[in-house]
Amino acid sequence: MISKVYTILAAEGIHARPATALVRLARQFSSSVYLKKNEAMVKLDSMLNILSLATKAGDVITMQIEGEDEVSAAAVLDQFFTEQLKHL
Amino acid sequence: MYLPEFKLKKMNGTGVSPGISIGTAWVVKKDIRTRTGILLQNEEDILREMEKYKRAVKTSAEELQAVILHAESSEAADILEMQIELLNDPQMERDVFDKITAGKKNAHDALMEVVEILTARFWNMSDAYLKARASDIQDSGNRILNNLGGLQKATPPSFRTNTIVVAEDLSPADTITLDIKNVIGFITREGGKTSHAAIIARSRGIPAVVGCGEAWHGIKDGDQVLMDGETGLVIPNPEQEQISAYVLKRQSFMEKLNLLKKLKHAPSVTTDGWEIKLFANIADADDLETVFDQGGEGVGLFRTELLFLGRESMPTEEEQFALYKNVAIKSKGKSVTVRTLDIGGDKQLSYFDIPAEQNPFLGYRAIRICLDKKDIFVTQLKAILRASSFGKFSIMFPMISGIREIRQAKEILAGAKNELREAQIPFDENIPVGIMMEIPSAAITADLLASEVDFFSIGTNDLCQYSLAVDRMNEKVKELYDPYNPGVLRLIRFIIEQGHKHKIRVGMCGELASDPLATLLLMGLGLKEFSMNAGAIPIIKDIIVHHDLEKAKAIGEAVMQMEDSAKIMRYLQTMNT
Repeated sequence: MISKVYTILAAEGIHARPATALVRLARQFSSSVYLKKNEAMVKLDSMLNILSLATKAGDVITMQIEGEDEVSAAAVLDQFFTEQLKHL
Repeated sequence: MYLPEFKLKKMNGTGVSPGISIGTAWVVKKDIRTRTGILLQNEEDILREMEKYKRAVKTSAEELQAVILHAESSEAADILEMQIELLNDPQMERDVFDKITAGKKNAHDALMEVVEILTARFWNMSDAYLKARASDIQDSGNRILNNLGGLQKATPPSFRTNTIVVAEDLSPADTITLDIKNVIGFITREGGKTSHAAIIARSRGIPAVVGCGEAWHGIKDGDQVLMDGETGLVIPNPEQEQISAYVLKRQSFMEKLNLLKKLKHAPSVTTDGWEIKLFANIADADDLETVFDQGGEGVGLFRTELLFLGRESMPTEEEQFALYKNVAIKSKGKSVTVRTLDIGGDKQLSYFDIPAEQNPFLGYRAIRICLDKKDIFVTQLKAILRASSFGKFSIMFPMISGIREIRQAKEILAGAKNELREAQIPFDENIPVGIMMEIPSAAITADLLASEVDFFSIGTNDLCQYSLAVDRMNEKVKELYDPYNPGVLRLIRFIIEQGHKHKIRVGMCGELASDPLATLLLMGLGLKEFSMNAGAIPIIKDIIVHHDLEKAKAIGEAVMQMEDSAKIMRYLQTMNT
């Protein structure tokens, strides 16, 4: 299992547009991806789940990935959280 | 302007898409859905209902795909993409299937229950943006329900010209698919600023008022309606006088809008290629949206007083940090000049007692308080420094009268930096430091002060008041308050000259920066950075892009020879036309 922590710097947090992109990205991999914020942990295959985390700018989230292609999934999602998210 | 008495009922909603419309109401009737109450009998029923749900989802997604092809703006397409994700949402499917298998509900009832739970959950969120997503979920649910065969599909109406659509709520798909070339306004009972209907109305430039509440029932099909998408005012069956007043208002709105459309993305450059930076003055993170909407390139003055006013005690470092960090993040990497606390004078804090003074504006205020109460100052500086690692901040000290204050303030700033370094808290090590130029003694010694700072920002309001020795709140003498007084203009010229001679930036954040009459003159005196209320940016930019710096310089030189401000203003008026 791979676990990584991110501080969300995008001004709008994870709103609808990035959530759409994120779900679509995670779907390309067979690994299960989870997002954790405070006590809540949700599966990343669902837009409803991501939105219900209500992630705001400055929030700290943990991503957990488990599965066969977890290494490549982690790399792609890492790129999403550190780079792409800011522009969405 | 003559404003007639409003005999008729008017209502106030939230204006979410500016513009004024007068048209005929077309009231959308809402479908009423009830549950079937059917309970499934056997395994076969269950499998059939699950299949039925999947098919309905698929058809719904295809419908939206087709709409996306016709979406006019990328905003609209984005919203529909999100709705497709919602339709296909695995969590929603898991919940629906659970109700079908465990609860023996048919797909229709199962979905209705799930959507009710989900919309309630989002409605109860504190964040306005997420609250508004409840209607997206409702909309997706309704679409699937339609395809489950529960309801007949309404054929989209075609509207007569000048129709104002009046609805309980409008789904994004409605706002996109409705044949709205004849629609000139939206009025809804529900919704807020971030509802997708509002976003789309804005992107299509159609005035919209949402969240009218129960008063909404006051509009009947066929009524003539006047609406103001900026203030949120809606008047059913307006009087002729009201219509005339608003027609005028619409004209000036359209003029401004055209200017903004033309200039929003245009670079602020003179015809001979000189860049003039246009910044905005803000008091809160929320103001930034408007700044960028109006084409502002950053913030020339972030007033930090707001957080200190209207409360019982000093805001803590953490509270201040949270606000400044929010501003840093929302400024999207653009430069933000943060002015340290400027209280005293006319801004008093209930929890910080400043004894009555004979001359508050000449008294205990701004940097004078901060240098005296170092704990207040250090707390703010640490919060600003910590936030500086999230954006591009500069720090600016107000009410500087001479070099000693600058050195003291910088020494305290160095101390605050040290504290953070020892605690290993990151901040921008190279954060620029500047001063407000608003006291004549500082202005006249600009050459001596320049080596101590990275920039000057001219505060014309106080500079004018102090150099002319006039209180502009005093009715008897306010006529003397005059930024075009040659004495004031010479001070401004000297500050700009000396700043540039010593290779530091010089900006202006006082009211004169937003006065179109002064734009060419200030450019001619060498000013390269203007900061103003965001709304004035397109007006000032319009002047900049239509003139060259050579002409501005000639104007500057001519004005410097004039002895009287009335003459100067008359001359500038002829130059602008």
